[in-house]
Amino acid sequence: MARVVVDVMLKPEILDPQGQAVQRALPRLGFTGISDVRQGKRFELDVEGPVDDAVLARVREMAETFLANTVIEDFTVRVEDGTPAGDARNGAPA
Amino acid sequence: MTTRIGVVTFPGSLDDTDALRAVRVAGGEPVALWHRETSLRQVDAVVLPGGFSYGDYLRCGAIARFSPVMETVVEQARAGLPVLGICNGFQVLCESHLLPGALTRNDHLHFVCRDQRLAVANAGTAWTRDYTEGQEITVPLKNGEGGYVADERTLDMLEAEGRVVLRYLGGNPNGSRRDIAGITNEAGNVVGLMPHPEHAVETLTGPTTDGLGFFTSALKTLVDAR
Repeated sequence: MARVVVDVMLKPEILDPQGQAVQRALPRLGFTGISDVRQGKRFELDVEGPVDDAVLARVREMAETFLANTVIEDFTVRVEDGTPAGDARNGAPA
Repeated sequence: MTTRIGVVTFPGSLDDTDALRAVRVAGGEPVALWHRETSLRQVDAVVLPGGFSYGDYLRCGAIARFSPVMETVVEQARAGLPVLGICNGFQVLCESHLLPGALTRNDHLHFVCRDQRLAVANAGTAWTRDYTEGQEITVPLKNGEGGYVADERTLDMLEAEGRVVLRYLGGNPNGSRRDIAGITNEAGNVVGLMPHPEHAVETLTGPTTDGLGFFTSALKTLVDAR
């Protein structure tokens, strides 16, 4: 089973008050040296069958019309091949 | 002949009952509409009420936009049906692309709940003709994601075309660009606003009765159209 990941981030010019709140909390917790935090969304889509160009085109269409609001958000689509469901969450490179 | 104004209930809508009541207080016939039905039951206008449709999952209004009832609302709004989106309803209208821009998290991250002073900037829409331009009104405002944003070109266009309907007075409560509290489409039949006029139609429960004008405006617009 192949997995397609869609990352959605607020556009750079859109204020991200949640990210700012996280950034402000970091020094209090002893995490210094972080000058900015932007918070986004990650969608993991498990695809039935092989991921070909047609599937990716459909995922892009899905991201464009539904997963992201392109008025305020940008998105990226990438394939995570043969990665077991748990690994990526534990910080293994995609 | 009475004028029928429909109010859509989505799962998670909160203010549909108040909106139905506001229609009745204004002299119209309120009609409850259900998100799963494509029929608008021959109403003359539609209100999309406040609340947290579909739990605000994904983005506020993002899932409501694809509900069966919205297919018909979008189609008929483009054909001239008066539609008012209040708070979550405004978010649904933006997600549906009936109105430009988007609503984002309040810049201070707090949920706002207060009586809000506003200036009516456009008294020519289907929902604001009972006001006068520049009139000050006070109605409740309550939202967590009420910051209106759009790119500079869109904001300039809205201003140039007189499509800003309401502006916040006495301080910007949520970081909305250019103090925008409400806007309209090009034709003036679709209006979206973050404040809640349906909570200000009777002195017993509202801070004022300033909100009633939105509903009486629609009734007048519809009677004149006959």
